[in-house]
Amino acid sequence: MSLTDQNKTNKSFFSSLGEHQGTDDFLRGLWRDNPVFVQVLGMCPALAVSNSAMNAIAMGLATTFVLTMSNVLISLLRNFIPKEVRIASYILIIATFVSMVDYVIQAVSIDLHKSLGAFIALIVVNCIILSRAEAFASKNTVGRSLMDGLGMGMGFMFALFCIGSIREIIGSGTFLGLQVMPDAFEKWVIMVLPAGGFFTLACLLLIFNHFKLKKIKA
Amino acid sequence: MNNESLMTIFINASLINNFVLAYFLGICPFLGVSGKIETASKMGAAVTFVMVISSVCAYGINVLLAAINAPFLQLISYIVVIASTVQLVEMFVKKVSPALFKALGIFLPLITTNCAVLAIALLQTSKGYDLLQSVTFALGGGAGFTLALVLMAGLREQLEFSEVSSMAKGTALVLLVGGILSLSFMGFAGLGG
Repeated sequence: MSLTDQNKTNKSFFSSLGEHQGTDDFLRGLWRDNPVFVQVLGMCPALAVSNSAMNAIAMGLATTFVLTMSNVLISLLRNFIPKEVRIASYILIIATFVSMVDYVIQAVSIDLHKSLGAFIALIVVNCIILSRAEAFASKNTVGRSLMDGLGMGMGFMFALFCIGSIREIIGSGTFLGLQVMPDAFEKWVIMVLPAGGFFTLACLLLIFNHFKLKKIKA
Repeated sequence: MNNESLMTIFINASLINNFVLAYFLGICPFLGVSGKIETASKMGAAVTFVMVISSVCAYGINVLLAAINAPFLQLISYIVVIASTVQLVEMFVKKVSPALFKALGIFLPLITTNCAVLAIALLQTSKGYDLLQSVTFALGGGAGFTLALVLMAGLREQLEFSEVSSMAKGTALVLLVGGILSLSFMGFAGLGG
């Protein structure tokens, strides 16, 4: 823990000198400002499609794509979009990319499309994407926005993967579809049900809070 | 098309498949505006209103898009309709009750990005509901959302007076309570046909 902290302070020190800025943008989303665990954004998909690790990865990939592409496009257009209609323009841009992803997933795997359900289309209203567009892409260069989008997207995927793995292993005794628990293991069916999503995320946040409080005390 | 009775649709949307506690839709306002019962119920009313309006509009749009054979525009047109409805509600609330406008704060414009609203439009299309069924579905979804929000606000008002470990304060606690609420809503499962 302390070693990675050391790394992070070094990174932000470098970035203040104008070096490694891209890496810093990337790492910030992945860990320090993790969209789910730290900023508590994008909770709906984080809870809804995290009942298995596979779903979590697919959802994470789709969101990362939309986030990166919309960040890049919005950053490119940041000097052309009038301030008054910016939110509406952002949503239109995001909706276009989401429609694309929706059709791509349908073409690649219809089963996956079914198991993710309406939540692919609902990427449009994922608060992470709009908040990155508003808070970062509309103010920064294309390169930095790209790294920020990638970082935040990977951070989101990482969080989803954590929740998804825990729920799948305990709830159905499998990991990525392969059986990992012995046959004698009694499955906690509740974990794949909606209530399990709430409990898993609550426990992960408790652990995060514990470390945060420890760091403040130290 | 779909011939579920209106009663079934309403009960399904509000209790059995509660939007917040079973489908995880609209979690952000559920965590954000559930501090006080009064604000929570008004937020619920505003969301229900937006849901009904956008449900009607979405039905119209769907017919239109089918006529011109452009289903790929579905998502984009839905979100535009919802954004304009929210703008309308925002202006209305600001004029009628500035105090409520202040209490809802950032969460009022954020109804646009409330997944529950967009989900109503998307789900009614995929389930093939007709106009009356769609409106009932939106009313049921809104009622369920309001119910979940008010229940949570009531619990949180009580929690204010109890001692909670500093580790669990904030979102983690709300999520735990949400999990228990979700468990209890599973009891409604036998209600639907």
